[in-house]
Amino acid sequence: MNKTGLYQAHLDAGAKMVDFGGWQMPINYGSQIEEHHAVRQECGMFDVSHMTVIDVKGKDATTFLYRLLAGDITKTNTNQALYSTMLNEQGGVIDDLIVYKLADDNYRIISNAATRDKDMAWISKQSSDFDVNIKEQTDLAIIAVQGPEAEQQLQPLLNIDLSSLKKFYADQDQSYFIGRTGYTGEDGFEVVLPVTDAPVFWQKLLDTGVKPCGLGARDTLRLEAGMHLYGQDMDEGISPINCGLAWSVRKKDHDFIGGDIIAKQRQQGSETKLVGLVLDGRGILRHGQIISDDNNDIGIITSGGYSPTTEQAIAFARIPKNNQDKQLYVSIRNKKLPCRVVKLPFVRNGQSLLEE
Amino acid sequence: MSYVPDNLLYTASHEWLEKIADNRYRVGITEFAQEQLGDIVFVELPETDETYAQEDECGVVESVKTASDLFAPLTGTVVEANDALEDNPELINDSPYDDGWIFVIEITEDSELDSLLNAEDYRTSIEDEE
Repeated sequence: MNKTGLYQAHLDAGAKMVDFGGWQMPINYGSQIEEHHAVRQECGMFDVSHMTVIDVKGKDATTFLYRLLAGDITKTNTNQALYSTMLNEQGGVIDDLIVYKLADDNYRIISNAATRDKDMAWISKQSSDFDVNIKEQTDLAIIAVQGPEAEQQLQPLLNIDLSSLKKFYADQDQSYFIGRTGYTGEDGFEVVLPVTDAPVFWQKLLDTGVKPCGLGARDTLRLEAGMHLYGQDMDEGISPINCGLAWSVRKKDHDFIGGDIIAKQRQQGSETKLVGLVLDGRGILRHGQIISDDNNDIGIITSGGYSPTTEQAIAFARIPKNNQDKQLYVSIRNKKLPCRVVKLPFVRNGQSLLEE
Repeated sequence: MSYVPDNLLYTASHEWLEKIADNRYRVGITEFAQEQLGDIVFVELPETDETYAQEDECGVVESVKTASDLFAPLTGTVVEANDALEDNPELINDSPYDDGWIFVIEITEDSELDSLLNAEDYRTSIEDEE
């Protein structure tokens, strides 16, 4: 089992540890709901060092990423980040990732933890015809500092001016790499730093009052924020067009891997879409529950759970594209309960977007 | 080590029973169980006046993490349920042995009491899981 450089810090903070994609990670440090509220209202931090960091360098780096990724890397500015999917030849999602452009010949990819081996194998294989160097960085830690107070809490620990760092851009402070990115729907930063520095940096954040938060809160925060989770909301069996990620796919030049299938799907129209569901009655929506309309089973919940901000059960459901029903039904323990169909996200910048 | 009161009886599925009258037992889940579940956000209570056989599913406790079935620890009729949990399921986290009680069952099969664990045996059973 892999451990991050902050493993001991988690134990010291009273974390309950779980196996996550082969890594020993904190699920919570006591109360997941308190951690969730800390990020929405003040500031929390997450150890996300289990995620994969891959540097792509070389003369062909841009043309390679233009081929590898469904997004448009040529529209990304220097120091800007791009969210994109990486597809197989059938248009299925191998992974979703963030890529930072440091220069025309220098990019940094951050992808999921559980997909590390297949991502590296796929990227290496696809790169053979390009003049690029692909290197996984294994001596780094990543600490996500998230919440409305993230900037003021993090600023004293860094020598760069965070107030001038725009959303979805990155900057560097010597060996530290700081992106104004996150997975919570709040303002925040992801700090990539040498693993040997991580425990001290973590402790400094603790000392200023930043609350350590586990993977449990990370999941409810991203769910409220309408953000996809790889392996639940999409996988290799579905294209981004059919799982609510069409916005991340470039509209022309379908000459990326899987692009010919995507072009065809775009022409024919997508089959399914991802919608938000809210359970106004009592109960909890969960991954895998079946969704029906007045007559038939029509879809499935891909992610669901209790939303601490709205104090209701919320979910993403994959349903037919042409369905326009305002109310659908979820099957929970042989009962059909009515759910309201809503727009995503459920929460933005600390505020519920649900109408009562 | 989670707190396991000496004066209660236990099941292997992490419920506790407190004898409150002849043949009447108050039932909840243990401190160990609520710690494993994490923040509890929903409880489906057993129906009062409903009769269950030992180990029948009689309700559900759902946390932020997962849904966990409640089982009738003994054969009998549920005579009372803790309605306060409908609006405040977190009472189970805050007070698993007191305000977080879940239901009262009136039992009909005395012999089943032998299948329950005492505090010492329950402590041993959760030691491996902790």
